[in-house]
Amino acid sequence: MSWRDEKLVVDWRKVAKAPGGEEIYELFIGPQHPASGHMRFIVRLEGDIIVDVEPDIGYVHRTMEKLAEGREYIKNIPLFERATIIDSNNITLGYVRALEKLLDVEPPPRARYLRTILSEINRIQSHLYGIGIAGIMLNHSTVFMWAFGDREIWMQLAEELTGARLTHTYSIPGGVRRDLPDGFEERFEKAARYMLRRLEDYGKIFLYNPMIRSRYEGVGVLKKHEAERLGAVGPNLRASGVRYDARLLGDYGAYSELEFEVPVQEEGDSFARMVQRVEEIKVSIEIIRQALKKMPDGPILAEKYLKLLPPKLRERVLKTGRVKFPAIFANLRPPPGETVARVEMARGEVFYHIVSDGSPKPYRVRIVTPSFRNLVLLRLLPREHRFMDLLAIYGSLDYFPPESDR
Amino acid sequence: MECPRSGLILIGNLEESARKAARWLIEKTPVRTIMDWGIMFSLWPVHFTTSCCGAEFAATSAPRFDAERFGFLPFLSPRQTNLLLIEGTLTRKMARAAKIVYAQMPEPKFVIAMGACAIDGGIFHNSYNIVKPPQLFPIDYFIPGCPPRPEAVARAIVLLRRKIRKGAYRVSPNGGEG
Amino acid sequence: MGEKANVLIDSLVKELASLAEKVERAREDLVVVEVSPDKLVQIASLLRDRGFDHVASVEGIDRPKEEVIEVVYQAESYDENLRGVIIELKTKVPRDKPELDTLIDVWPNAFYMERETWDLVGVVFRGHPELKRLLMPPDWEGHPLRKDFVVKEEGIFVELEG
Repeated sequence: MSWRDEKLVVDWRKVAKAPGGEEIYELFIGPQHPASGHMRFIVRLEGDIIVDVEPDIGYVHRTMEKLAEGREYIKNIPLFERATIIDSNNITLGYVRALEKLLDVEPPPRARYLRTILSEINRIQSHLYGIGIAGIMLNHSTVFMWAFGDREIWMQLAEELTGARLTHTYSIPGGVRRDLPDGFEERFEKAARYMLRRLEDYGKIFLYNPMIRSRYEGVGVLKKHEAERLGAVGPNLRASGVRYDARLLGDYGAYSELEFEVPVQEEGDSFARMVQRVEEIKVSIEIIRQALKKMPDGPILAEKYLKLLPPKLRERVLKTGRVKFPAIFANLRPPPGETVARVEMARGEVFYHIVSDGSPKPYRVRIVTPSFRNLVLLRLLPREHRFMDLLAIYGSLDYFPPESDR
Repeated sequence: MECPRSGLILIGNLEESARKAARWLIEKTPVRTIMDWGIMFSLWPVHFTTSCCGAEFAATSAPRFDAERFGFLPFLSPRQTNLLLIEGTLTRKMARAAKIVYAQMPEPKFVIAMGACAIDGGIFHNSYNIVKPPQLFPIDYFIPGCPPRPEAVARAIVLLRRKIRKGAYRVSPNGGEG
Repeated sequence: MGEKANVLIDSLVKELASLAEKVERAREDLVVVEVSPDKLVQIASLLRDRGFDHVASVEGIDRPKEEVIEVVYQAESYDENLRGVIIELKTKVPRDKPELDTLIDVWPNAFYMERETWDLVGVVFRGHPELKRLLMPPDWEGHPLRKDFVVKEEGIFVELEG
């Protein structure tokens, strides 16, 4: 009897072919990770090449749409602000615009210019956050420290204007809450000159650094017709050649009266997306300069609400520039109907749809944030790339999990 | 038989005596003070962002409100860290991950709850998807605010360091831990 | 909005009037179309051919008084002439059996939005390959955004000034 006739103790062919495919294995990059943010990736790899990335979101799902149905209209403004806390005026401005269309009230011109200024300051802050996080995902901690340090300048300007570092709650239906303080223009000019000088330094150490360039160029290419079909938004869309910006629709703020040029890049790879963000910071500084020069005088709250205040309070509001809410804000009852509003945040276009049935609480509020629309890109772009390109793509897309989960 | 001139004479069961001697060494001598001093100067938080207060935590590590002067070093692996900062709201999915991370950290470990959402739910107090951290972990310090300023976070770190320096974090003087 | 866009929208409204139950140009840049669930794919393909190649949001509104769940698709376009226009496509499904055909072949970016609508409202999209929990934990039961899932809210106290 030879060894070929006896029973097999182990069949190596079966053991080597583990269930689930021959060479594909799953890797969980979980919420406790320095480069994953508040989400988990389930990556299926074949050797070093990515076969599929499944984003597992919902770790910061705070059910804002359901809570908004149980609170009065004015109490939902701080609620939606916490979705993107670093960009708070833009995300509440969409809700306030939809509410103003339902209530049929228009803000006065000075309030529109003030909203524009704060929106652009938030855009600069948010882009610096994006650059810092993209840097630390590539383990470039110097640009993280520089970006967060420069962000403090803009947060200080916003704090002088509104009173809070991150959660401004500045726009209210009918206008804004506070007027411009004295000396704001000089401090802004100093900040703008400093920032434009610094952006060249960022180019030298981060963007045009040969090591970082080789990790970004040609990685995660999004072609133009793919970007349109997949509904990409924000700098990711404009870096692929589509000149679309919700500020150009002229629906909110003072953008229809200011002259600015929306930058566009052509290549669509990760490098173009990072350059696009730096260019947008420069355009935002230009917009604020123009808005400060052209700012008209006048009240900051609409006449319809200002005349509901008692006369002494009204005089104090017009003199000091700090608004007191009229009592009707606690019990706003818009007529039954639906409206839609779109605002350009730093990461893209946010979409609101409010359904009202005549009661003080909304019947349904639908909010689609730009990071939720860019989720398809996070699923489809890293395929066929090497594993380390996943972090480069994730950093360049600027995906913010609390915004996507709401 | 020669007796030594001074000091302890250990007789009897050698294992039991060794254990008692080790406990005496760690709890009643300058070794304990040196251990506390060491822990106080190297509080390493684990890299775990839970929610939107993470933006203010990142600002605390940033140049203006530098937290590295306290010995803060956000570290990758939970097995070598001793501080868990719960920043903001804890949802159900994230709480499952937080419990596993907390169980992986070695003793002695500390927990700081940051923000109004970590104290009692904050602005999302009646949501069906959140969990209140005091029910899951033993928390050393709460930081109120929404979001708290980075100076408040720095103050909580300073208070935690004082608590460690006094040795007030030990469970019991005769117990097993320490 | 330019003249060319106005002409396009008017011709679209006329074309849809025969297929849909109700078409209305609510505002200059908003067209509301109400259809029945079996004509949904046909009208969505028509809109896609006219240039509305992606969808901005898919939502489900629970209306327990009328015993229906209303699903709303809002389509938009990045094209030069059509930007700024939103086409709202509404359909109603019965509340005890909410099923619809999926539209991910017509509009590929509705993939995650339909999955979220199933997760939170409970509408089943026939043909969707990955209909599982997205935002809630994987072992959650129930659909939170329905009106019978009640979340307790405390009262408010308001002090009037002056």
